[in-house]
Amino acid sequence: MTTKNTLGKAAAAVLMAALVSACSSNAAKEEAAAQAAAERAAAEQAAAAEAAAAEQRAVEKEKAMMMAEKREEKRRLMDAASAAGSVFYFDYDSSSLGDDVRAAIDAHVALMMADSGNVRLEGHTDERGTREYNLALGERRANAVRDYMVASGVPAYRIETISYGEENPVAYGSGESSWKKNRRVEIK
Amino acid sequence: MAQRIAVILLGLICSSLAWGQLEIQVTRGIDNPTSIAIAPFAWDGLGTSPVDFAQIVDSDLARSGQFSPVSRRDMLSLPTSKADIFYRDWRAIATRYLVIGRVSKGTQLRVDFALHDVERGIELFSGQVVGSESEARMVAHGVADAIYEKLTGIPGAFATRLIYVSVTRNPECKDFYRLTVADADGRRPIVLLEGRDPILAPSWSPDGKEVAYVSFESSRPAIYRQVLATGEREQLTNFQGLNNSPVWSPDGKSLALVLSKDGSPDIYLLDLKTRELTRLTRHYAIDTEPTWMPDGKSVLFTSDRGGRPQIYRYELATGKVERVTFEGRYNARARVAEDGRNVALVHQRDGRFHIAVFDLVTERLTVLTETSLDESPSIAPNGSLVIYATKRGERSVLGAVAVDGGVKFSLPARSGSVQEPAWSPMLSQQ
Repeated sequence: MTTKNTLGKAAAAVLMAALVSACSSNAAKEEAAAQAAAERAAAEQAAAAEAAAAEQRAVEKEKAMMMAEKREEKRRLMDAASAAGSVFYFDYDSSSLGDDVRAAIDAHVALMMADSGNVRLEGHTDERGTREYNLALGERRANAVRDYMVASGVPAYRIETISYGEENPVAYGSGESSWKKNRRVEIK
Repeated sequence: MAQRIAVILLGLICSSLAWGQLEIQVTRGIDNPTSIAIAPFAWDGLGTSPVDFAQIVDSDLARSGQFSPVSRRDMLSLPTSKADIFYRDWRAIATRYLVIGRVSKGTQLRVDFALHDVERGIELFSGQVVGSESEARMVAHGVADAIYEKLTGIPGAFATRLIYVSVTRNPECKDFYRLTVADADGRRPIVLLEGRDPILAPSWSPDGKEVAYVSFESSRPAIYRQVLATGEREQLTNFQGLNNSPVWSPDGKSLALVLSKDGSPDIYLLDLKTRELTRLTRHYAIDTEPTWMPDGKSVLFTSDRGGRPQIYRYELATGKVERVTFEGRYNARARVAEDGRNVALVHQRDGRFHIAVFDLVTERLTVLTETSLDESPSIAPNGSLVIYATKRGERSVLGAVAVDGGVKFSLPARSGSVQEPAWSPMLSQQ
């Protein structure tokens, strides 16, 4: 055993004694302090919860406002698409999109970009010419609309195309007034 | 309650529209049709004859536009055997030929008939047609075929059939489609398929036992085949995009058809045994409406690769494509006669769509019709007539015109529209 050790042990003993005496008289003090601390903590917690709740409410309010805005926006887009109409017309023997047709399709594209869901494009022709060639011409028209929508940002998998050729006319007469109503693509 | 009754009534109205069979109206015959008398045939069976054989032969020959049958009312006698013929009775009414016949019935019907030359007072030839009683009309048509061939040198095509699509429209309901097969005279129509979804492009197998067609019943156009006798059917293709224009090869082993699954409509071959698909044309234009040359070595088709629809030919052995029609801005939907020379097609002239015939040898195109919205030509298997669809008012009706333009008749349905006719091949007697 070294001298250092003995000294250390003695110091420890003295310290222990002092602590024990201090503990017994501090115990009550500490208990009171602890209790106060606990009460303070509880109060802090309550305040924090209140703040969190308030923040939550604020966030939800903002969210609700955003959703209302979004719904409003979507309603606006739906109205615009509705106003643009769901039928696009074509010139004789043509599958090119006129400016007015493009503007109408733009309204549908805007709606699709704000929404989920798929569309179906149905291509039609007037009665002139042969039935089977017209089935291909109707597809060409539906594809022209599809390609424009895809180029505008709509993913291709959301667009289905089908042609009915001259099989589903809306007007049955023979003459341009009937024919022009049948040269169309319908979006559904 | 009232609403339910209204719905039920609407259903009844929509489904019970009469669509009727085809009627034939000869609008133009040749300038000097040959006078012929078909005396009523004798019936050796019990009870009454199942059909009026002589009347059927009469109607067939009249419909060819080349004959002018004598009315029964004008006949001075009604011979049913050689011994009963008094040629002076027929010379008196200026008839050139006389047909007599006798029908007997064993396990089958048997018609013994003879054709007589009235001026020379001799029998030209006699023959027999045999068939089942249920096919009595076809037996009569067989007699007409034999008479026609004897007098014109061309085999008759009266004992054949037509398929077509009949459409009835009603503003309250969707259009109703019926794929129908009937005798070539429009009688005995049988519905093969019906529904509210479009049916298109029917075509016959070379043995006359099956048809192929396009139906939208799966909500997209798909190609089906169907056995006539049993109604058994099978879906053959159902790819993305178009599935259209199925046509059987002359050897019955494959179908040429149109698919757009690889980007644009192109012609493909489907081997019916292996179900292997072979792509024939590769072009971003519309290639459609294939039809086989009778030797099976090439396929004619419609393509707008030159800007507007024209007829092209694809040679199977080499894959070579060459343009066939050059006259006019629109030539489509070719159908080749059995002689491999005459091609019926739709030709646009001055904004109107006519049926025309293109001669592959002389390369001359001849317009056959004066109507302006013609489509879907189909050539009779003996090459004599082209049947087609045309618009009359708001309906589609069938018309027929001789390849030389001489004879015309129309076949409207009693109600509704008739479109897309396809004439059967020559049918073997059952």
